[in-house]
Amino acid sequence: MIRAEKITKRYKDVQALDGFDLDVSRGTVCGLLGPNGAGKTTAVKILTTLTRRDSGTAAVAGYDVSTHPQQVKANIGLVGQHAALDEILGARQNLVMFGRLYHLGSAAAARRADELLEQFELADAGTRQVSSFSGGMRRRLDLAASLILAPPVLFLDEPTTGLDPRGRNEVWQAIRALARGGTTVLLTTQYLEEADQLAGMIALIDAGRVVAQGTPSQLKARLGGDRVEVVVRHADDLAKAAGLLRASEVDEDNRRISAPVSDGVAALIQAAQAFRDSGIEVEDIGVRRPTLDEVFLSLTGKGNA
Amino acid sequence: MSLKWAIADGWTVTGRDLAHWARQPFNVVVNLAFPVMVLLMFGYLFGGSIVVPGGGDYREFLLPGMFGLAMAFGVEATFTSISTDVQQGVTDRFRSMPMAPSAVVVGRGVADMLNSAAGLVVLVACGLAMGWRWHNGLAAAFAAFGLLLLLRFALIWLGMYLGLVLRRPEAVMALQILIWPIGFLSNVFVSPEGMPAWLATLAELNPLSATVSAARELFGNPGWGGDSWLAQHSILLALLWPAVLIGIFFPLSVRRYRRLD
Repeated sequence: MIRAEKITKRYKDVQALDGFDLDVSRGTVCGLLGPNGAGKTTAVKILTTLTRRDSGTAAVAGYDVSTHPQQVKANIGLVGQHAALDEILGARQNLVMFGRLYHLGSAAAARRADELLEQFELADAGTRQVSSFSGGMRRRLDLAASLILAPPVLFLDEPTTGLDPRGRNEVWQAIRALARGGTTVLLTTQYLEEADQLAGMIALIDAGRVVAQGTPSQLKARLGGDRVEVVVRHADDLAKAAGLLRASEVDEDNRRISAPVSDGVAALIQAAQAFRDSGIEVEDIGVRRPTLDEVFLSLTGKGNA
Repeated sequence: MSLKWAIADGWTVTGRDLAHWARQPFNVVVNLAFPVMVLLMFGYLFGGSIVVPGGGDYREFLLPGMFGLAMAFGVEATFTSISTDVQQGVTDRFRSMPMAPSAVVVGRGVADMLNSAAGLVVLVACGLAMGWRWHNGLAAAFAAFGLLLLLRFALIWLGMYLGLVLRRPEAVMALQILIWPIGFLSNVFVSPEGMPAWLATLAELNPLSATVSAARELFGNPGWGGDSWLAQHSILLALLWPAVLIGIFFPLSVRRYRRLD
């Protein structure tokens, strides 16, 4: 449903996309995961016809974005980084206006607005001015506005940035419901957790290209999965402890060692037992899951600043 | 994309602005009252000490100037709505929809023209109440109103271009401040003859001055005379300047809108 091949895009002195490839099949929720400035938004803008690419090909719902932009637009919904709503109008007025611009005709636009307000639990707030909405409500209305035509492909650019945990959950639920309904979703995010929660497939993007792609569990496996991390009390014990744990990283300054493990909890119990048996005093011990920083470190050789 | 949809979509975008008026009646009143306040300030506070060259009535001299100034200040309304939409992502939503691409621009233009025409009607009513009259018949008066609205129409494209290009809040502030000296550096309130020569030339070159002089001439209100070529050909210039502005900023805005990223 979404296909990008070797896309490049340069803004004055920044190479935003540099050979960007992506293939998202029908009904998939794809998480495009990467740090600020990796090119996520540029990719979305090119795929939604907002920005022209310098080279490469892009097609959405079977239509080339540059030769058939109107057909692409008729098949997509876009939720950008800011809730793109008229703040002065009411919630329902917004949906009716966008419905009319989707050429629904006034009766159909009004009907669709009411359906969407119901679906996103905004029916009670229908006449309220959007400027009085909470972040979560605004996002839901934004999402509703992009679903007026029930498009088969939906683009979400950092849909939960700036939301509190409650607002974030509201938006996640709405996205899950859409995915169950068979909508193909491309979602950009900076948060591994968000991609993990929502996406069936994750593409890691860095410096304008996709550096890794796969299901969340595939990607975590590539990282070596969980790690056990131990801080010993006495620096003298460090070498012995590292041997016991088969540690891959030793940080002498902080007396910290860590080792990749396959089953975090079992390994933790085993390690704790081993340290007690050999009389090594431990200040801290715990299981750590891979973080986005580590994903980037391992795949690109640099941190996620 | 058929013409029918282009018109329908443009009208929907205009309708959005009309809905704003209904939602914010207080803003509408403030926007209409502001030029009236400036008019009263100059008409009654400062006006007594300003002498019209050739000895006409100052309020007769002032009114066409105020009409022109209200048109010029409209550029700020266009600029502000465009840049707010770009910043809030509304423009990107419009651009991602299968609507007529011209609708955003056309809808905005129609809404702004309606807004300015309403402002002009209010000012004309105030002027009539203050004793201002047109003296050369209705046809000439309507020609004058036409020239004033033509200036406003030209400034829509300038406002649109600036709104698409200048994104930072400082730029918005700067424009809001700059519009004052640009508006005042004209023949709206005083005769350029009293200014230092180089400033007077700038004031005469101001497109606003051309429209205001032409309006004074058509209304039969006292002008400041002036014997420069610019002052002698104000009606020609009041047609030419807007044409130049449209010629420059219409293609620039369309190009910029298409290539927003």
